[in-house]
Amino acid sequence: MSAPSTPTASPPAGSGGLLLFSAVGALVAFFCAGLSQDPIFRLQAETFALAGVIAAFFLTAGLSGGTLRDEPDRYSDNVIKAGVIATMFWSAAGLLVGVIIAAQLSWPRIFYFPEAGWLNFGRLRPLHTSAVVFAFGGNALIATSFWVVQRTCKARLAGGIAPWFVFWGYQLFIVLAATGYLMGATQSREYAEPEWYTDLWLTVVWVTYLLVFLGTIWKRKEPHIYVANWFYLAFIVTIALLHLVNNAGLPVGLLNHKSYGVFSGVQDALVQWWYGHNAVGFFLTAGFLAMMYYYVPKRVERPVYSYRLSIVHFWSLIFIYIWAGPHHLHYTALPQWAQTLGMTFSIMLWMPSWGGMINGLMTLSGAWDKLRTDPVVRMMVVSIAFYGMATFEGPVMSIRAVNALSHYTDWTIGHVHSGALGWVGFISFGAVYCMVPWLWKKPAMYSNKLIE
Amino acid sequence: MASERKTDEVTGTETTGHEWDGIHELDTPLPRWWLWVWWGTIAFSVVYWLLMPAWPGLTGYTKGLLHKSDRVEVGRELSALEVQRGAGAAQLRTASLEQIEKDPKLQAYAQQVGQSVFGDNCATCHGIGGTGGKGYPNLRDDVWLWGGKLEDIQYTITHGVRTGAPGARASQMPAFGRDEMLQPAQIDDLTEYVVHLSGRPADASAVARAAPLFQDQCAACHGAEGKGDPAFGAPNLTDGESLYGDSRTAIRGQIFAGNGGVMPTWNGRLSPETIKALSVYIHANAGGQ
Repeated sequence: MSAPSTPTASPPAGSGGLLLFSAVGALVAFFCAGLSQDPIFRLQAETFALAGVIAAFFLTAGLSGGTLRDEPDRYSDNVIKAGVIATMFWSAAGLLVGVIIAAQLSWPRIFYFPEAGWLNFGRLRPLHTSAVVFAFGGNALIATSFWVVQRTCKARLAGGIAPWFVFWGYQLFIVLAATGYLMGATQSREYAEPEWYTDLWLTVVWVTYLLVFLGTIWKRKEPHIYVANWFYLAFIVTIALLHLVNNAGLPVGLLNHKSYGVFSGVQDALVQWWYGHNAVGFFLTAGFLAMMYYYVPKRVERPVYSYRLSIVHFWSLIFIYIWAGPHHLHYTALPQWAQTLGMTFSIMLWMPSWGGMINGLMTLSGAWDKLRTDPVVRMMVVSIAFYGMATFEGPVMSIRAVNALSHYTDWTIGHVHSGALGWVGFISFGAVYCMVPWLWKKPAMYSNKLIE
Repeated sequence: MASERKTDEVTGTETTGHEWDGIHELDTPLPRWWLWVWWGTIAFSVVYWLLMPAWPGLTGYTKGLLHKSDRVEVGRELSALEVQRGAGAAQLRTASLEQIEKDPKLQAYAQQVGQSVFGDNCATCHGIGGTGGKGYPNLRDDVWLWGGKLEDIQYTITHGVRTGAPGARASQMPAFGRDEMLQPAQIDDLTEYVVHLSGRPADASAVARAAPLFQDQCAACHGAEGKGDPAFGAPNLTDGESLYGDSRTAIRGQIFAGNGGVMPTWNGRLSPETIKALSVYIHANAGGQ
């Protein structure tokens, strides 16, 4: 023991800087709230200021009490524990809002609240989609990526306090977005509803996330980068790019919540659905494939079916996915040649998508008996089956003649749910059920019967 | 560091020799059927690109061997529709509005055309049933801002309201408060006066104070008795109907800010015979004049 790390243990790198950032951020937000004439912007700035004050309080307490310590020779697991709890919390919240809006659709006379505008379907619907995709899915992705990148690189998360900033910064983004929707602050862009200041905040958080992830890969002690990390990296990088382009806009004023996008007309529609489709492709597909590539072989204790398939389907998936957005705009003002490209690239995407399904399912060869004994494995297999069905249905629906029937019907909503609930939901639940005993050092989950 | 290739016992396939956190990878070749189906989708796409509009260039895009074009097809379908509607449209074009309304067959035809045109173009603001909403006139009652005769309705649809186009209906209620033409106390008095005009109980002293003010400021458009004038689009203040609400707050707000909505100029967007049918439809379903 050359370096005893007991009483003089230093806090994680950057803690002091983050304390300063929180305090200054809170002060700036406080002034913005005071100076703004716009009630929505004021409330959002107050939320931001409150978050800064809470962060500064806990950082000060942790630094002065000595509880905030760097442990360079261990994996950072506390931030993952927080991520797992946040995942479960937001999944419950997102699904509850889903039930409410389903009830509003089924019984519009009962679940209609004219005196409470913020409870209207138009405000709750984006709350549901964002809560499920970004709050539940996003937290699941951040938590699992932090687990996977450490284990497969044999390295502690890079960046000192930065992973905690990513976690809490992302929660603040969720709260700002969700309360903004309820108050009517929206850009009216599907899956990109948050207004300009929330977008800027997410950019800061997301770039930090990227740097933490890259830094951890950089200091890895394994010669190769595991396939799950390729997918996580593709997800993080591409979401950053999509977010920046689709949210390009000008605020009405620096103390006003409203902004207008820089694109207009059919270009605006194309950029929006380039973004929207690749939010599905890189958030809901690439990210969760990364999850599958780690937790499935880990759980069934079998080698991944085909390394070659993983390379070919990874590169073909990310190359082809980025083209497919125009299939959301069939039979519109979008030029027909762009519709053709959107449709044909979607069809060519079928097999690259199924490469992931094959690699996931065939990893079970030699361990199929676990389907009978382990409900978590069953959950993962159900998830991969939904993935396979949704990624077949997608190319079919992208065919113009089929789309003429399916578009503007509940078929689309069904398709989204087989992806977001069937695939994303079940693989995340499976991953959480794997990780919880590992994180909290328990031999197994509390009850397999309840998982059933 | 495990970098040696082993053979997996279950499948008999070699591993790649890499290992991460206990996870190995098999060196299984790409499944043949997977590869062939993928090539199939690529071949399908290439053929589709050859046949249909597909790749953009600097000056245009590849038109495709089939010369298919959504734009041309829509144009063709629209002209076919015009031919199909030709007889009816010609009758609408030549007949006067009164003739259309008196001829039962032509009237029924105009009603049908009008209903579908109304749903596509007017219902967004005036509501599916035409009952309007705050700021959007109700078309099912007998209150008309710009006149409710067939010709008045036709004129309003054709030229629109406050669009700035030549011939459009135009009027401007002054913003007495915002532009500081009247004192707040005077606006309060006028509010009471308008409440009084609509036949509701109001503060008598305020009404008395506002009476000369009303004659000075409001009577020019709304008339000495407040009955309005369709020539200026000035609403009747005595009929208990109001576009922006009849509460004291709403009335005060209207005197303060002088709101006025815009209705599009439909001339050029809808054909003259369509506007005729629409006028007949609206006239028949409202308390027309």
